[in-house]
Order: sequence, then structure tokens, then C-alpha cells
Amino acid sequence: MIQVNGLTKDYGTRRAIESLTFDAEQGEIVGFLGPNGAGKTTTMRILTGYMPPTDGTATVAGYDVVEESLEVRRRVGYLPETVPLYNDMTALDYLKFMADLRHIPNSRDRAYETLEQVNLGDRAESYVGTFSKGMRQRLGLAQALIHRPEVLILDEPTIGLDPAQVVEIRSAIREIGRDRTVLLSTHILSEAQQICDRVLIINKGSIVAEDTPENLQSRLVGSQRVIVRVRGDSDGLANKIMKIKGVRDVEPKTDGSIEFEFGAGQDVRPQVAKAVVQGGYDLLEMKAVGLSLEEIFLELTRDNADAKRVS
Amino acid sequence: MRNIWTIAKREYNHYFISPIAYVVAFMILLTIGVIFAINIYFYIQNAFQSFGQTPDLSPITGAFAFLLVLSVPALTMRLLSDEARMGTLELLLTAPLRDFELVAGKWLGAMLFILTILAVTLVYPLILNSLVDPGIDQQLMMSSYLGIILIAASFLALGVGISALFTNQVAAFFVTLVVFVFLWWLIGFPASVLQGGASQVFQYLDMKTHFYNSLNVGSIKLADLVYYLSLIALGLFIGTTAVETRRWR
Repeated sequence: MIQVNGLTKDYGTRRAIESLTFDAEQGEIVGFLGPNGAGKTTTMRILTGYMPPTDGTATVAGYDVVEESLEVRRRVGYLPETVPLYNDMTALDYLKFMADLRHIPNSRDRAYETLEQVNLGDRAESYVGTFSKGMRQRLGLAQALIHRPEVLILDEPTIGLDPAQVVEIRSAIREIGRDRTVLLSTHILSEAQQICDRVLIINKGSIVAEDTPENLQSRLVGSQRVIVRVRGDSDGLANKIMKIKGVRDVEPKTDGSIEFEFGAGQDVRPQVAKAVVQGGYDLLEMKAVGLSLEEIFLELTRDNADAKRVS
Repeated sequence: MRNIWTIAKREYNHYFISPIAYVVAFMILLTIGVIFAINIYFYIQNAFQSFGQTPDLSPITGAFAFLLVLSVPALTMRLLSDEARMGTLELLLTAPLRDFELVAGKWLGAMLFILTILAVTLVYPLILNSLVDPGIDQQLMMSSYLGIILIAASFLALGVGISALFTNQVAAFFVTLVVFVFLWWLIGFPASVLQGGASQVFQYLDMKTHFYNSLNVGSIKLADLVYYLSLIALGLFIGTTAVETRRWR
């Protein structure tokens, strides 16, 4: 459905994306994960026919994004990062306008139907200017869905929403993604894990990893870090923990807590708890420290640099 | 064509919820109304004297044309600049819509709004026609109205084109106003200083002479039509090119 080959885009002298190559099949939800400024929006803008690439090619639904831009745009639904709405129109008029631009017959009915689909049916006659952030986001999604596109491109669809709305939008996207191709960008790792069949991690304009969320997780999280905090003096506890089999990299922190690591599949937390109790310490906290997105990126970019050096 | 109409319809409806559009319509109609009343008064005064001439609409249409210089920038300033500022341009540029259709649609929407104001002024020829025996010169009236429509169309096209160059509507307003002032008053000056071919070129570029010296006195000449149609084409071309270059930035 989406095929991207060697896509490069320069803004003046600054290179936004460099030789991106990936594809997405029908019925697949592909997540574009990366920090701000990684080139996610640029890639999406090229795929939606908003701007041409400096180099490389991309086809969507079999049409070239530069040569057959109009055909591509007919088949793509796009929700840009800043939801493009007209505040002076009612939700229904806005969607009808978008439906008319796409030559949909009975545009008013279709607009209403789509509003129902995103749970805004009861606000059809309200002005968009009065909408909350979550409602705007849903209306933006409705706009992207109005022509029942084959390919849906969503730029940060859950940004700025409250947790309940995030859950709502995510389930809506899963639902939509059953028979369509969805490409969505996010900088939230857990979001990519929850919604996507496949994740592309992009950093500084290049894809640094591409896999299913599960595989990425296990690749990245080869070990688990845990932090233990006890009341009062923790002297001696670090030594006890160090002696437990499987524990590595014990690191007493200045605030009295102790951080350590163990290999995946050999959970040593029960033994650590026992050691704490037997040593007579009062346990305040023991928690797993997940790899943050930043750490993952550090990890990945380091891998990338190593790989380049090897080759 | 259908896309142009969709854009035009939205733009036209937008004018009816925009305070600026009401201010512009009010300003034009009030001024025209006052000028009409004053003219009727003088015609009636003069009618009792031997040098009274047949009243016609040229004072009104002449004033209307002049008012367009001031009001069109206010009507066109936000047309494309605001879309860029609000981010809705991204929506339109990723819809299955040609850049030209977007620009032409904006222009047509504004044109329809001006035509609506112009339609309201048709009450003055009707009043005048009932006051004058055997009625007003209808050919002159049609020629004057055609002139206004052409001036409005030219100004609006240039205004849309300039609006596409900016993301700030105030900047778009002032640049448009300066361009109009230049076309309406300043560009004709060299014609009176220079001689020969150069003088004629500037004479031809002067916008108001194409109206006051021909269409508003009842003569429809090909040279005038070509002049206005060229300006329309130029404005729409600037607009389309400006939208296109936004994609490359």
C-alpha cells in the first residue's frame, strides 16, 4: 500500500530525512516512533502529497506521490499534527465541505454518518470554535475518514488528549486499521506498542530500527533494572544484593537507594526482598525501572554507529 | 470546476459572518447612497436651468470603482494568508484539489460577494430610471457596471495573489493597498512626463483611465478588456505560484 524508497528531503541546507526506505501492507498499522524533529512529519507530508521529496520515490496505493499527486490525495486520509479546522463553521458544515472537496455524493449524510462514527453526532450543529481539544482531534479524525480512504496517515493523533480520550482514539484507530493501512506517528513508546503491528524508529531523519513492538521490546530490554529503597542506612545491603545469583551492575545511589540489573528471564526480585527482610532493613520501595524512550534512542543510535563502523 | 465552486461557496458564506465584510459593504453602500442623493439634488436644481444634462449613473459607478481600491484589500487579505496561519492550508493542499482551483475558488467567492454588493446598488438605476423621462441610457449603465465588475475582478485576483504570499493578513492588506494605489494613481504619472512609445505604455498600464475614459462613458474597447483580463490572469497566476512554492519550502 505504501512503498517508500530512498526518500530524502532537504530544507535549505538542513537535511530533514535521509534515504528512508520502508513499506506498509494493507490492513497493517505501522507506527512511526521518534523524538520531535526526527523527520516524522516531513515523511508524512511527502506521503500525503503536501510537499515533494528532494530525492527518492514514494508510492501510495500504487500511485507516485509526485507524478500522480491528485490520485494519491484521493486515496489518503490525513490528520496533520495541528488539527486543521475552521472555527467559524459548524462540525457538520466543516465535514460537508471536506466531503464536497472529495466529490462524495450525499455529502451531508456522509458528514453526519462520520460524525456519529467519532461520537460527535450530538454536536453536529455546534461551532468548531467551541470544541474541546479532544473533540477537535476527533473531528480531525472524522475529516481524515470522510472518504473512507485506503490509507490513513495520522500525525501524533493522541497528542494533548486526556487519558480517557487517548484510550478512545486508540481503540478507534485499531478499529479503523482492520482493513486499511494506517501510518501513525508518535513519540510515546507505549502507544506504539499498543496500537501498531509494526514500529519504525526514526531518529535524525533515518530509520534506526524496524520490527514488531514485541521484538523491539525484547531486543532493547535484554535486561531489567530495579531500584530498591530502604529506610535509614542501606550500608551493607548492596553487598548482600551483589551476592545474589543473576544480579549485575549494583549501584548504590547517593540518596540511599540501590539500583541493580538482572538478565531477562531470571527474576531475582524475590531473593532481593528476602535479603532485605533478613538483613533487618525496612523496605520502602522496590520498583522496576523501564528503559525510557531517551535510553532506547541512545541505545539504538549507539547500535547504529557501531554497525556503521563495522561495515 | 466543481472544486472551485466548493471553495467559492465556503468563502462566500464566510463573508456573511465576518465583521470586516459587513463594514466594507456598509461603507460602500453608504457612500454610494450619499453620492446618489447629492447628485439627484443637483440634477433637479440644474433641470430648471437650460444647461441641465440628462442624469446618468457615472457619478455612482465612478465612486464605486474608487471605493474598490480601498475595500478590496480588506476583503482579500485573509483569503490565503489565514489558511497558512491556521494550518488549514495543509488540509487543502492534501485534498484532491489543484492549487489553481484553490486560488480560483477563493477569488470567485470574493467576486460573488462584491457582485452581491453591486446587485444592491441596482436600486439606484431603477430609481433614476423612474425619475428621468424617457429613462436612463441603458447601454451606458451596462458598460459602467461591466467596468466595475472587471475592476473588481482584477483587484480581487491581485488581492488573492498577494494574500497567498503572506501568513499575516495585516501585511497582506498593506501590500495589496500599496499595489492598488500604484496601479490606480501612480503608474499613469510617467505618461504625462515621457513622450512617444514609453508614454503610451504607461498610459496603457494606468488602471483608472481604462475605466473613467472608456467603460464609464459607454465605450467598450478590446484594449480595455484585454487589460483587465490580463490583470485577472496575473493575479491568479501569482496566487497559484505562491501556493505551489509553499509546498517546496
